[in-house]
Amino acid sequence: MQVSTPNGTLYAYTGGKDFDAAKPTVVFIHGVLNDHSVWILQSRYLAHHGWNVLAIDLPGHCKSGGEPPASVEEASAAILGLLDAVGVQKAALVGHSFGSLIALETAARAPERVSQLVLVGTAFPMRVSPALLESSVSAPMKAIDMVNTFSHSTLAPPPSALGPGTWLYGGSRALMRRVLASNTQVNVFFTGFKACDSYAHGEAAMAQVQCPTLFVLGSQDQMTPPKAAQSLVSQANNAKVVKLPAGHSLMTEAPDGVLQALKDFLKA
Amino acid sequence: MSGYSDPGFDTLALHAGAAPDPATGARAVPIHLTTSFVFESSDQAAALFNLERAGHVYSRISNPTTAVLEQRVAALEGGIGAIATASGQAALHLAVATLMGAGNHIVASTALYGGSQNLLHYTMRRFGIETTFVQPGDIDGWRAAVRPNTKLFFGETVGNPGLDVLDIPTVSQIAHEAGVPLLVDSTLTSPWLIKPFDHGADLVYHSATKFLSGHGTVIGGVLVDAGSFDWEKSGKFTELTAAYEGFHNMVFSEESTVGAFLLRARREGLRDFGACLSPHSAWLILQGIETLPLRMARHMDNTAKVVEFLASHPLVSRVGHPLLESHPSHTLAQKLLPRGAGSVFSFDIAGSRAQGKAFIETLKVFSHLANVGDARSLVIHPASTTHFRMSDEALAQAGIGPGTIRLSIGLEDPADLIDDLKKALKAAEKAA
Repeated sequence: MQVSTPNGTLYAYTGGKDFDAAKPTVVFIHGVLNDHSVWILQSRYLAHHGWNVLAIDLPGHCKSGGEPPASVEEASAAILGLLDAVGVQKAALVGHSFGSLIALETAARAPERVSQLVLVGTAFPMRVSPALLESSVSAPMKAIDMVNTFSHSTLAPPPSALGPGTWLYGGSRALMRRVLASNTQVNVFFTGFKACDSYAHGEAAMAQVQCPTLFVLGSQDQMTPPKAAQSLVSQANNAKVVKLPAGHSLMTEAPDGVLQALKDFLKA
Repeated sequence: MSGYSDPGFDTLALHAGAAPDPATGARAVPIHLTTSFVFESSDQAAALFNLERAGHVYSRISNPTTAVLEQRVAALEGGIGAIATASGQAALHLAVATLMGAGNHIVASTALYGGSQNLLHYTMRRFGIETTFVQPGDIDGWRAAVRPNTKLFFGETVGNPGLDVLDIPTVSQIAHEAGVPLLVDSTLTSPWLIKPFDHGADLVYHSATKFLSGHGTVIGGVLVDAGSFDWEKSGKFTELTAAYEGFHNMVFSEESTVGAFLLRARREGLRDFGACLSPHSAWLILQGIETLPLRMARHMDNTAKVVEFLASHPLVSRVGHPLLESHPSHTLAQKLLPRGAGSVFSFDIAGSRAQGKAFIETLKVFSHLANVGDARSLVIHPASTTHFRMSDEALAQAGIGPGTIRLSIGLEDPADLIDDLKKALKAAEKAA
């Protein structure tokens, strides 16, 4: 559905069910050059099992209008603006990669608005090499290929997002290309990576988070390896860690594992 | 930007989609000959049916062995996924039936396999889908054939059997300007010779019966999606962008930004039309794909030698292979198909029908049958077999004469192939 917010009209996939503010709400926030569709299985399942789902396209990405957030803080403001616009006082936030930092920042800024926090494929600091930042502008297709290769851990995933017969390397690459092409004014590849690289107070934010926090980490993740999340884990007040045998694209490489972790955590 | 590498073609041909079986340790892909898969729970069953979880339910929709084949061909083509079908014809039908219904229109190349021409010209028309045929090299013709109800452009990488090379970059651009995707039949080239997605095609299919399986043992097809075509931006494909009553009112383009086509093709096309591939057939095709790079290299080497021999033989009036400068697609083939334009081609004997008959009946190494892309060398007379339903005019448009002989060059010793052809041409000469 499309939601009018101070940051522009934002799109949120509701998992095939109508939005119902009376239900508990979970917001899914994607990473750089991704969109709502990376959560297709987890979001659709929860929407059909009692949750109100808002799997968003970040501002300036794909179906969402507005300016792409230049920082994690700006993106966090957009999430709070979305919750206000749909009349949800409190929601669980689930973020992947860049989206995990946005979820973290939101939970720290507005602890009264966040019931549970899930950080999937996260790290702090989330550094991006100067060479990759430069390539995201000068040679984005090559940079997409590099990120894509680093984001996957296997040539033989189990039945994954979209189901049997899906080739994850190709699916992720096509999505990244589509998201990049969706904004002809701003390079959302560069702005997303720059926002990750610039985010400075992850540990302080983690310490401020009051709600339960779940870390879902890929043991084969080369983009945000589990050890890179340790600084956040150690700062968390109430954290649970689940490691899955997957790369950075956890939601598509290990869809059942991610779903099970979410189900166990969100009902707790 | 160093420190990474994408898996190469040869590695993908062996490994994409398959790992040692976690239950048994089996290294080769197991053949899962089962119709159905036990649900873990009622909740999982409901979730699988509602596309909330990924997994197998019933082998008409998906199967673990078949899924390996689908991933492998998608990987080799550079696509996002694939659907294996009962035959190449079923793959073509699945593509058409997913994208359109009665009242819609296709623009297609004239240089098509006879079965494809038949499906579009006669059979789909009976279901209200019309096709306008255009010479593949007639670029203005492609543009002029577009109608408001056009939903698809379609051609073969190299037309059968004239080997007219489809100018995929140009034709795909015209298709995209018209807001429709380009579907390409890449059966005769395989992804080893060309990856149509790299040149602008949106959908690719194979008769896997041919080079992918490679041994003349199995009938099958595979339809692959590049995930590049923006169905919503086009505005012409409510099949993918509006709620589908036949599947929980799902809006496929909302569910998956890049995979809407495959979602509908599997959830509707395989479910309702049911032209699925047997897991056993999928396994046979996978066996073939493991050696696809090795076989294609040998096919090309042998083809070059046979083409050279035929081109210099006095009884041969024409050799239709883009390796030769005389072929109208020579320049385009060098650009799009640097490894070769395939091992299926035609030539004309400068003689009567009786001489043509004597030629075919004398061949011993070449087998006279209706197939191509076998490890063995094959021969056929298109006008009386594969293309016999076509009028003389349509035959001419497809570059086929009454005396045209089609060869599919196999993997035998090239000297033996040339010797076989030499003897048969001698017999043809005597039959004058």
